[in-house]
Amino acid sequence: MDILNLLSIIVSIAILISVIELIRKGVLKERYALLWLFSSVVLIFFSVSRYSLDFFAGLLGIYYPPSLLFLLAFVFLLLINLHFSVVLSALTDKNKRLAQDIGILQLKIDEYNNMNQGEGE
Amino acid sequence: MRILVIVPAYNEEASIEGVINDIRTDYPEADIVVIDDGSRDKTSLIVKRLGIKALILPFNLGIGGAMQAGYRYAKLGDYDIAIQFDGDGQHKASEIEKIVMPVKTGAADVVVGSRFLEQADYKSPFFRRLGISFFSWLLSMILGMKITDTTSGFRAVNRRVIRFFSDLYPDDYPEVEALVLLHKQDFRIMETGVSMQQRKGGKSSITPFRSVYYMIKVFLAVMIDLFKKRT
Repeated sequence: MDILNLLSIIVSIAILISVIELIRKGVLKERYALLWLFSSVVLIFFSVSRYSLDFFAGLLGIYYPPSLLFLLAFVFLLLINLHFSVVLSALTDKNKRLAQDIGILQLKIDEYNNMNQGEGE
Repeated sequence: MRILVIVPAYNEEASIEGVINDIRTDYPEADIVVIDDGSRDKTSLIVKRLGIKALILPFNLGIGGAMQAGYRYAKLGDYDIAIQFDGDGQHKASEIEKIVMPVKTGAADVVVGSRFLEQADYKSPFFRRLGISFFSWLLSMILGMKITDTTSGFRAVNRRVIRFFSDLYPDDYPEVEALVLLHKQDFRIMETGVSMQQRKGGKSSITPFRSVYYMIKVFLAVMIDLFKKRT
């Protein structure tokens, strides 16, 4: 086992532990952690199993097998970012709706108060 | 027939009182609601003092989100016709009847007030004219009818369009996109010539760079709208 393997094992395990710890503390919601968990498990697998790494690197025509680790990490990061963009878009829309609702409700309260004042006179 | 004038306003304390008074004088049969899009000046205070309804958004949503708030309020209040009328004093209340008439008679679902049909001398900076003719060409192609003033925010719509806009209204620079969305839903669009006020005071926010950015952004948005699934 060379130093690079050792390093990638340590880093991917560190990511996995961090993600689990964040979920445990309630800071990270499970539904946003799934891709992170999946990514770190796959990276750990390929870091530990030199045989699998060489095999899949060979399949893809990658001459230097550890490059596959970078490729995987890069693809996972792309997916996670894309996922975030989708989530962000949905949140932006909900945020807009809420702001509109607050404005409408505030106006309804104003109207209601004015009506009651009118009756009181 | 119940008619609502929706006036979007963002930091318009200088012009909003004049706008409201004009509407009250020249088009008294309509209710007015001012959408204060998170202004930091006295806009909503002035509006309330005049006894006009102010729909105050908790933070700035941009013109699209603000207009949609107005349409949702119109739907809630069961209005038959909604009119978009800018809070900066550009539109003339005396012209409202012209854009409302075809909606009232059922000749169109949406009427856009165009400053270029009658007022050939309407002056605007070069880059703006470039964008105007580009989008006029693009939308005329897509809609299969002559559209001269795609960015006009002076519009009247009927009940069905109010309901549609309550669910779906574009966010940034919504005027051009809204026309494409309406066309995809087979709403009947009509343009009517109106005169508008030339910009009096204040500085225009249009710079050459922003004009080009605007054109690219809206062009992409329109293309995406065309490929989006029908809702």
